[in-house]
Amino acid sequence: MPAKHRTEAPGPSRHRWVSPTAGAPDGMRRRRFLGYLIAAPTLAVGVKLTADSVLEAEALPSPTPEVSEVYDLSDLLLDSTRPTANLITIVVNSDGTVSFTIPRAESGQGITTTAAMLIAEEMDIPVSDVTVDLADARPELLFNQQTQGSASVISIYTPVRVAAALARGRLLEAAATILGDEAENLRTTGGRVLSTAGSSIPFAELAAAAANAVTREAVTELKPVDEFSVIGTEQRRDDVVAAVTGRKKYTMDLEVPDALPTMIARPPTIKGTVESVNNLDEVRSMPGVTDVVEISTDAEPGRGTTSSAVAVRARTFGQCIDAVNALDITWGRGNVDGESDASILAQLREAPAPANLPSPTPLDEVGGQLPLVTEPVGDVLDGVGATESIDQEFVFYWRSNAAMEPNVAIADVRDGEAEVWTPSQIPIVTQTQLAQVLDLPQSQVTVHVPRGGGAFGRRLFSDAALDAARVSKEIGKPVRLMWHRADECRAGRVHPMCISRVRATYSPSAGEVVAFEQRQTSVATDYTESFGDMITSQAAKLPFANELTLSQTVFLLTASVPYDLGAIVLGYNEIFDFDRFATGSVRNLNNQDFRPAQELVVDQLAERLGEDPLEFRLDRVEDERAKAVLEAVRDEGEWGRDLPDGVAQGVVVHNEYKGTVAVLAEVDTRPQTTGREIPGATTGPRVRRVTVAVDVGLPINPLGLKAQMEGGVMTGISHVFTGSLHLRDGNFLEGSWDDYRYTRFWNAPTEINVVVMPASGDRPGGAGELAVGAATAAVACAYARATGEMPTSFPIGHTKDVPFEVKDFVPPLPPSPVDGLTAYPAPSAAGPAFDPSS
Amino acid sequence: MPPHTFKVNGRQVTVDTEDDVRMLWVLRDLLGITGPKYGCGINVCKACTSHINGRAFNPCSVPVSQIAPTDEITTIEGLPDTVGADLHPMQEAWIDRDVPQCGYCQPGQIMAAVDLVKKVQAEGGTVTDDDIDEIRNMCACGTYGRIREAIKQGADNM
Repeated sequence: MPAKHRTEAPGPSRHRWVSPTAGAPDGMRRRRFLGYLIAAPTLAVGVKLTADSVLEAEALPSPTPEVSEVYDLSDLLLDSTRPTANLITIVVNSDGTVSFTIPRAESGQGITTTAAMLIAEEMDIPVSDVTVDLADARPELLFNQQTQGSASVISIYTPVRVAAALARGRLLEAAATILGDEAENLRTTGGRVLSTAGSSIPFAELAAAAANAVTREAVTELKPVDEFSVIGTEQRRDDVVAAVTGRKKYTMDLEVPDALPTMIARPPTIKGTVESVNNLDEVRSMPGVTDVVEISTDAEPGRGTTSSAVAVRARTFGQCIDAVNALDITWGRGNVDGESDASILAQLREAPAPANLPSPTPLDEVGGQLPLVTEPVGDVLDGVGATESIDQEFVFYWRSNAAMEPNVAIADVRDGEAEVWTPSQIPIVTQTQLAQVLDLPQSQVTVHVPRGGGAFGRRLFSDAALDAARVSKEIGKPVRLMWHRADECRAGRVHPMCISRVRATYSPSAGEVVAFEQRQTSVATDYTESFGDMITSQAAKLPFANELTLSQTVFLLTASVPYDLGAIVLGYNEIFDFDRFATGSVRNLNNQDFRPAQELVVDQLAERLGEDPLEFRLDRVEDERAKAVLEAVRDEGEWGRDLPDGVAQGVVVHNEYKGTVAVLAEVDTRPQTTGREIPGATTGPRVRRVTVAVDVGLPINPLGLKAQMEGGVMTGISHVFTGSLHLRDGNFLEGSWDDYRYTRFWNAPTEINVVVMPASGDRPGGAGELAVGAATAAVACAYARATGEMPTSFPIGHTKDVPFEVKDFVPPLPPSPVDGLTAYPAPSAAGPAFDPSS
Repeated sequence: MPPHTFKVNGRQVTVDTEDDVRMLWVLRDLLGITGPKYGCGINVCKACTSHINGRAFNPCSVPVSQIAPTDEITTIEGLPDTVGADLHPMQEAWIDRDVPQCGYCQPGQIMAAVDLVKKVQAEGGTVTDDDIDEIRNMCACGTYGRIREAIKQGADNM
């Protein structure tokens, strides 16, 4: 049976906004917003990305709010954009269409479609009449040009509407002059201005008349939410036709004259260096090869570990691959030679237990009688009787955040100028770093941002752009640089390995959890290019002491315990410098590790206290929205329905990015499922059915929101079962897809149902990463129940086997096969099935 | 460099390049046909899936020397012409379901789906979840659920 939401064709949605202040006298709450009419040939309107008012301070929840409940990552990202922005502009073209250049990356998350909807809503024009392009790096925008932390919708929601409302206002004024009427008497619909007398003028005829000779400030109101007719409706992606016809242009598809394919021979161990290249002339004379040059591959120019490699430019990428593999290079040591999973795990365990992190409500003021740091079994606390505790360590291995489109950049560095195309999530940082390594003024560096083929945090780092620019500068020619898939696995960014230790203390006699302590120790995460400067700029405003490390700050801004579990004690620390490994995050920060560990223990608590897992959570969730999404998945997902032995459900709720999501997953671990034979496939346990209920406050585009939830579920499945990198002697064993066992068709649920909750507020929350931690946790809980054994090491398959033939490290790239005509589809050496009983 | 002649998307082309250059690079780097995407270069991710003489293949793993002058290559750009329409029914289903997110893998997904449905229909069957489970095409955005529905919808119109 098709998933429920599939049966609804995109169109008007049932998810209409309902005002939480319905009944308040209209006009009392109307706010006015400032923007700018800009001198231009046709109507152009600008607004600061900071046009929104300061968020009202939320009341402190009780009794033990985690920092993330009062001031979360979304607030940090928004606050950092407030004081610094310059204008973003909307232009009404002479054909009546509207153009907007958004200072964000579009990597599949749908922000351009969302922006088009916001503009269409305010201006009463069809969504298809709005074109949204991506802005080049604009250093004057400072923190306002970054795409991360599921914050894009949150940050553009008001400013973009203000600009559109100002534009509509100017069109009305221009029409009033022509029609000899008062602007107040006119209205807009379908891209036309209508008078009360029935005459109308299309926007196309007003665009020039509404143009402004001088730039000046202007004030507008926004369309009342109860008049919304676009926001909340399902809209297809703005580039869906281009994507399915092959016309969508990614960076490597752009026509840039003489920018020939370029690839890199990378060291056999992480952050290794070139000592010598022993056959340069030979490789330079290979077919198609134009240049071979040694470059620095420092990813953190000026402040990190040094590394180097050898770049090859050729007529085709295929000839680059051959030349890279023909290079005879003497390699120096890497940065982590000798380190393996086991040695890292030992160091994580040996690291001193992280101290309590500060909390906005001092823990010793909470409840009066609860212990600050929980003690093991047997202590007697006032009023709750004898307590028992659950102590458990969870291990999370390395994960790759590679997208389908590899790291890519086109660079042309000549004559004291640099022009670079790269799908950066942080183009201003990229521009700054390029200027630094090229020794050019930032104003001489142009960074274009093509649409990306996935990002997931990978493109918060500028590696490919730096590689391309260094090669181009060195040889004085344009280059089209692409990382090989093997580079992505072995030289790419990884979500750091970490352990999470939980101690939950409960009172069997009182039937209550009295304390929940969770301490996470991780290999250092590199936040320097993404959150670093932003956090520094906001340090004084953050609701805790500013002596925390960057990573601890990010942890506190995101770590979530959605349940009332008595005294909550959190801790976080790291081993190694920020750049010992090349780290980052996979579509979510800490919660994809922190939450599964937590939820598995919550299930244990429910069992020991004799409660149903879902009821246990419902009784302890701290807010109504979380309760509502839990109830929605309970009902839609048929919680507790009869299932055969070996098949079970798991359910969790998660709050992040000003949204809340519940996931109910059903996992099938029966032998007939885990043993399914698909050539080359890692089959194993199958998530059969997933129900998601999501509340993002005000959903803008439910269709895109559902897609983001589904994607988060697929990543969660990968995190639980098989998606990981194995560290052995200074590098990762995986060398391509198939080795890296991300969720595939044979793992994906056949039924996935996403319920978009009706609007619960008047602002949208973030969605891109929201489901990852929740899905990981729900699938893990379901697996634990299906097998009767709680998994404590993730992905579960990581320590079971290395089910592929490890590709060579020297030469660095797997050779291209030649049997593509006789073998379709050609299964790889991956497999066999992931066996839960092994 | 030896010349290689074949038909691509209805057009006869001749390319001068070394025999061992794989078809993906002939299409992308020499002919400027960029619909087929690079994802792995070793025939495991299937992002480059295209058709040769109506059947799916992965050009990343086929040297140009193996392509005969009579061979007809179809990439995503040429798929609509195979049914004489602006869009192939599979592409229409993809649009209707709003399948893509980043879109990078989708040309390969569609070409693989068309091949699967043609194969199943030639055997007198209709495409099932088990058939779809065997598709190898990777998607890192996680669009598998919508692809599954779109394949069934597209198959109904093929």
